[in-house]
Amino acid sequence: MTIGWYLAVSALIFAIGAGGVLVRRNPLVILLCLELMLNAANLALIGFSRMWGNGDGQIFALIVMVVAACEVTVGLGLIVAMHRRRLPIDVDEMRELQG
Amino acid sequence: MSTVIFFIAGLGAITGAIGVIALQNPLYSVLALVGHLISLAALFLLLRAEFVAAAQVIVYAGAVMVLYVFVVSYVGNDAAPVGQNPGRAATLGAFACGAALVVELFIAVLGSGLQAIGTDGAPYVAGFGSPEQIGRLLLTRFLAPFEIASYLLLVAAVGAVTLARRRGGLDQGIEGQPPTISVADLLRPRPLGTGTMAEAGGRVEVGDQ
Amino acid sequence: MSATTAAWLVLAAPLAGTIVIGALFHRLGGRAAGWIGTAAIAVSFVFALITLAKVQQHAPGQRELTSTLWTIAGTTGVDARATILVDPLSVLMICVVAGVSTLIHLYSVSYLQGDRGYSRFFAYLNFFVFSMLLLVLAGNFLLLIVGWAFVGAASYMLISFWYRRTTATSAGMKAFVINVLGDIGLVLGTFFIFRHTHTFDLVASFHAAPHVFASGSGDVTAGCLLLLVGAFAKSAQIPLHTWLPDAMEGPTPVSALIHAATMVTAGVYLIARMHPLFQLAPAAGDVGAIIGALTLLIAGTIGLAATDLKRVIAYSTMSQIGYMIMGVSIGAYTAGLFHLMTHAFFKALLFMAAGSLISAMGAVQSLDRMSGLRRALPFTFASFLIGGLALTGVPPFSGFFSKDSILLFAAGRGGWHWALYVAGYLGAFLTGLYTFRMIFRAFLGEPCPEAVELIEHGHVFHPAAPVNPANGEVEDTDVGFPGPDHVIAERALPMRAAMSVLALLAIVGGIVSIPKTTSWLDHFLAPTFADSTLTSHSSNGLLYFGLILGAAISLASIAVAYVVWVARPGLAPAIAARLPRLTTLFENKWYFDEEIDALVVRPGAWFGRFAQNTFERVIVNGLLIGGSTGLVRAGSALVRGTQSGILRVYAGMMLVGIAGVGLYFLLQS
Repeated sequence: MTIGWYLAVSALIFAIGAGGVLVRRNPLVILLCLELMLNAANLALIGFSRMWGNGDGQIFALIVMVVAACEVTVGLGLIVAMHRRRLPIDVDEMRELQG
Repeated sequence: MSTVIFFIAGLGAITGAIGVIALQNPLYSVLALVGHLISLAALFLLLRAEFVAAAQVIVYAGAVMVLYVFVVSYVGNDAAPVGQNPGRAATLGAFACGAALVVELFIAVLGSGLQAIGTDGAPYVAGFGSPEQIGRLLLTRFLAPFEIASYLLLVAAVGAVTLARRRGGLDQGIEGQPPTISVADLLRPRPLGTGTMAEAGGRVEVGDQ
Repeated sequence: MSATTAAWLVLAAPLAGTIVIGALFHRLGGRAAGWIGTAAIAVSFVFALITLAKVQQHAPGQRELTSTLWTIAGTTGVDARATILVDPLSVLMICVVAGVSTLIHLYSVSYLQGDRGYSRFFAYLNFFVFSMLLLVLAGNFLLLIVGWAFVGAASYMLISFWYRRTTATSAGMKAFVINVLGDIGLVLGTFFIFRHTHTFDLVASFHAAPHVFASGSGDVTAGCLLLLVGAFAKSAQIPLHTWLPDAMEGPTPVSALIHAATMVTAGVYLIARMHPLFQLAPAAGDVGAIIGALTLLIAGTIGLAATDLKRVIAYSTMSQIGYMIMGVSIGAYTAGLFHLMTHAFFKALLFMAAGSLISAMGAVQSLDRMSGLRRALPFTFASFLIGGLALTGVPPFSGFFSKDSILLFAAGRGGWHWALYVAGYLGAFLTGLYTFRMIFRAFLGEPCPEAVELIEHGHVFHPAAPVNPANGEVEDTDVGFPGPDHVIAERALPMRAAMSVLALLAIVGGIVSIPKTTSWLDHFLAPTFADSTLTSHSSNGLLYFGLILGAAISLASIAVAYVVWVARPGLAPAIAARLPRLTTLFENKWYFDEEIDALVVRPGAWFGRFAQNTFERVIVNGLLIGGSTGLVRAGSALVRGTQSGILRVYAGMMLVGIAGVGLYFLLQS
């Protein structure tokens, strides 16, 4: 399959992840959708790396994985803290930015 | 042969993605994501990125998703009602958003006029995607990003511990006054049982919480 | 030193007095402020005399001296400089103003002692004298207007001197508002004249006037009429006179200085100074003469019915200024200014004596309560008598000669001016009547209780509680109200000294211009009025006839007053009962206040309410402010709606934004 197919798959997964962020209310699932989007980007990066024939894209993908890991850590820490304080684990209930 | 594998892996990835957003139970979503990640690893292999594929399975699916599973189990599903479905209008809106995004990205990617997209890529050089190449690149060209990424990991770890530790916080303020903190509060030695480092390090007996 | 230097020093002394007293008033105890103020004006008077001497040293044709201190604004077409004009007219005015002011300051040193606002009074009074001197010394329209406005401000400050009295503050505001009306006339008149002469300088304007204005042209007539409006407001002529009787709310020295001797004569000075312009606008001169004649008659009739002592003297002032305005409007400049000078003497004397009388009565001003004070207040009685005789025009007092010369000039002009002649003598008869009504009622007859207390126990009557004489409200003697002391002339040397000097001047002041004998004043003022085109031809026969008629009328009026108010006490009420309508008209001051209220005040108030309720509330507040803020509020509410706090909405907006940007760049490429 040509590189274009991989890029198409990546775009599809990215769009699915974006839609998921908009639809779901559970912050955990929203974080999972964020992971989806990151992975789609990773796929695109690897595809381009193959296209050019050097390893830059793969290094970048690794760094993206590192960043994703950090982000997940902090995000899950937030959710744990929310749960500790008996706050509802629902993104729509967290409205203190309103107004 | 590679075509078949491509389609299987691709379908697996897309199915996993849809599963993530569609399944109600967050644990099932996590499992769907795991499946999605493994399919992606297969796609990486097809693209000759061996090391990245391995890292994906071990680090991403192996560590990060396990972390997710822990938290999902801890938080549980019953204490926090997910609430009603967002409603028809919001779902359709999200759908439209996603569709628009897909269409745009397709146009951007496929109509970009890059000749090489229509090919299989550059000619294969032995050692492409191998750990040896990755390592060489990491320690020569991409040394700075490598170091910064490790620093970022350190910061994230500290941040996670800080966020999630127990402490007597603002919800136990003085009666009659709105919960506030002042500089004096920060300088005062912390009472026991609030998750201080001394307790965590085992220097002091942990109080009852 | 030259004449103009001395003139600048004349201006500087009262200004220095004001500043010193104003700066140091906390530290000045007792009567120090009074002595400082008096000294400042005395210095000014000395310099005025020096200026007089220096001016006379010049040849008669060279007595118009100007001096510029600095240029205020020298843009093209507008020459604004600080210039003074020293010529015989201004020298006469500064001598009279500074001289009478010195005596009044001396009087006030004793009269106002004990008042908590003593230093403030002298600071204001010095400022007033400075303003008046600036007005008469001004060499261009600009400084004239500045002096005019300052004088109005000083008058306001001094009328409302006892500021905790609402009657005083209302009177001050009334005076100021009417004066502002006059200021508008003055400024607009200046504009009309400036349009053609293109200079503010007085001397240059007068030289240019015959060349740029055709006689009787619209602009010069309009300008002179507007100047007349200013003169009428300042000199309390009909119909802008209603402020003067109410201005008697101020302390008596203020009434003496401002509203008898100096400020109200500013209108007369203005017309005399602007005589080259008025000669080009005969219509304006006629208007001035008619208004002057009307005022002198109407004020005389109101004086017959007034019961407040100071108001009688105020209406008398109005009437006498009517004479002066009439005189300078028809061209009798020297005669009018002569009457100004003598009037300053005897009117100030009358007010000073009135102050002493009011003190003896315990701050009561009503003629109804006064009687038989002759033995209790001998010096005051003598002063009143001298002032009254001079006012009535009994020979050989000064008022006789001055009043007569105006009326002679009127007769000499011929034509319809004979009506002014008749009106003048009628007014003289009325003058004698109301003056001696006042004197006979207050001093002859049975002694009133206050007089008895003074004669038998030798101390001045003090009321149980201080009371506002106008409306009977009880007051205290703290700052803002009159002080507790009631000083009579018999017991205060400064007062007696000032009154004596004025009495002497009232008696012998006529000597400067006795017909057929001395003409010192005529010769002195001749250089200023050499270009006067309005002449009067009168025969010797008319002159002697006028003198005899004047003497006869004044003596007859005293006799009639004696009969009505002393010999046959029931006669006055009987006459009033026979003429009820006339009596009511006089008692209500010819209803001028009510007419002005209906014509001007009520429409003004209605318009103000309309502006407030309709325009301000609906249009400005509602439409403009409310509308614009409403728009902003609606807009910000709209934008605020995006801050819902819901995370997914934010994420959605972010995605939409990214998609949009991406679309844009796609379309571009």
